[in-house]
Amino acid sequence: MQQVKNDDAFVAFERVQKSYDGESLVVKDLNLTVPKGEFLTLLGPSGSGKTTCLMMLAGFETATHGDIRLDGKSVNNIPPHKRGIGMVFQNYALFPHMTVAENLSFPLEVRKIGKSDREAKVKRALDMVQMGDFGARRPAQMSGGQQQRVALARALVFEPELVLMDEPLGALDKQLRETLQFEITNLAHELGITVVYVTHDQTEALTMSDRVAVFQDGRIQQLATPDDLYERPQNSFVAQFIGENNTLTGVVQDISNDRCTVRLDSGDVIEAMPANVKAVGDRTKVSIRPERVEIDKTRLQPGALTLKAEVLEFIYMGDIFRTRLRVAGTDEFVIKTRNAPDQVRLTPGTQIDIGWLPQDCRALDA
Amino acid sequence: MSALPIYATTGQKIWHYTFRVIVGLILFFLVAPILIIIPLSFNAQSFFTFTPEMLALDPDGYSLRHYRDFFTNPDWIRPLQNSLIIAPFATIISVSLGTLAAIGLSQSHVPYRRTIMAIMISPMIVPLIISATGMFFFYSQLGLWMESALGFSRSFTGYVKVILAHAALGIPFVIITVTATLVGFDHSLTRAAANMGATPTQTFFKVQMPLILPGVVSGGLFAFITSFDEVVVVLFVGAAAQKTLPWQMFTGLREQISPTILAAATVLVAVSIVLLTTVELLRRRSERLRGLSPS
Repeated sequence: MQQVKNDDAFVAFERVQKSYDGESLVVKDLNLTVPKGEFLTLLGPSGSGKTTCLMMLAGFETATHGDIRLDGKSVNNIPPHKRGIGMVFQNYALFPHMTVAENLSFPLEVRKIGKSDREAKVKRALDMVQMGDFGARRPAQMSGGQQQRVALARALVFEPELVLMDEPLGALDKQLRETLQFEITNLAHELGITVVYVTHDQTEALTMSDRVAVFQDGRIQQLATPDDLYERPQNSFVAQFIGENNTLTGVVQDISNDRCTVRLDSGDVIEAMPANVKAVGDRTKVSIRPERVEIDKTRLQPGALTLKAEVLEFIYMGDIFRTRLRVAGTDEFVIKTRNAPDQVRLTPGTQIDIGWLPQDCRALDA
Repeated sequence: MSALPIYATTGQKIWHYTFRVIVGLILFFLVAPILIIIPLSFNAQSFFTFTPEMLALDPDGYSLRHYRDFFTNPDWIRPLQNSLIIAPFATIISVSLGTLAAIGLSQSHVPYRRTIMAIMISPMIVPLIISATGMFFFYSQLGLWMESALGFSRSFTGYVKVILAHAALGIPFVIITVTATLVGFDHSLTRAAANMGATPTQTFFKVQMPLILPGVVSGGLFAFITSFDEVVVVLFVGAAAQKTLPWQMFTGLREQISPTILAAATVLVAVSIVLLTTVELLRRRSERLRGLSPS
């Protein structure tokens, strides 16, 4: 995943607030900049304010407070049809009374582009999404995946620099979703367009984006690259929301620069990386990813800490084994092991030792 | 209708046939009064009854004389022309205002939508004679003002008054049919259009209008028929110069009982059937094109 380092912000939210009823804020003090060419995903549970942000950027909602800038210019007073932003909707929003070619032609017609130019652009856009033969079809004669490809082509055909996508793959089945994820990211990077993508699917966010902004309760909880987000979550909401995660609760006993010791509620003392714990005596949730837990003693690296565990449940998932353990007082401790020829299949009821490296283990707010 | 299953009891069998008889009777009572005028209109005599020759199916008992009369007699041509002037203009006004009202009232942020809707629909619910009386006073003042202040001729003013009154009667039909089509309208389409750079006007005419057109057209059809059939309001509001076809039929019935009325009625029935069939075919075609429903 390429890291975009670009200081001139193409899209900027400055202290943006949004309230629908004048009382509760749906978006609270949003500050966000998107450099040109970046693929940024707004990720969060429903009602977290991510779609509202997208709608404000598109111009369908007005910000109650604050400034939204596009290429340096404030767009607060610019109506949607003058913003020149492409958009892909979850329900495709193709015009049912027009053929595919007419749908694509529409944004060019309202821009008064000549007929021959229009036809060339429409053809190029359709070829881009491998829908070249579908120009004469009507939306109702195509599958969901085909319709979304057309919708994508329609958002790109007038060559906008910024394209917004509002859960575009939400209505498609898993395989199609994965294919289209790949195609959309490739296309975006090829064309060099800036994309702001809204989804509640964290896998989608991780696989597609240059950066991900995790939304909760109208605020950005963390804005980071996918690997940073997954491996270095800054608070317990992000750790829980992104990927599967084990948490052990306890109290901070000691903090030095980059290490802290936590006394778990079970009495065990473990070492962890302090993420956002501040003082000795603070309650903390220690987070550890299921795939970073090792059950084979011989493969434990030096410096790893070990705990006793009891196997509660073994689930065969094909590519991996998912085992639920009782560790340090919790019954919800999950580990994932690769389905390799020499992998052990744990039987419920057995006592084992598990271990992990302190750097894979983060102490977060409780 | 489904066939009677083998295991049906005697009671079910009796009901099965009784039901068909009842349905047939209802249909008969609905249609018979309209159908009976059709053969009568070909009467060779100037009577409203079946002559013995007609009942004997003697060709001499039938003729087209009343149709000839209808299409040549100035007493009928003039009202036909009036109806053909008033109804289209009233329809255009009803469709434009009714469609705009329906679109406005379908937006969730409009306050008191239900109340406004109820007021707009009221001409359909209030007894016609009451609307007509109110319109009489309102439009007579309006007419006087147009003649004295704007200097329009009496005849022109008369047409304007009747057209406006008929438009008011037609608007509720348009509002109801267009509102019904707007219920299924996907508002992300207008957002998509705006996003692609279309102004609100372009969005309305190129995206929204084609999609709600079936509702607009059937509303317009109802408005047209309302005006074309209307006799009470035009009697109150119009002058003799604006005598419409229904008006002429009404006075004809009172004063001369000429079978030409039956010929006129038959023509009107034929026109209505043709109009309804055309619109229905057009609507099906557009729905099939959009793939909204199977053909």
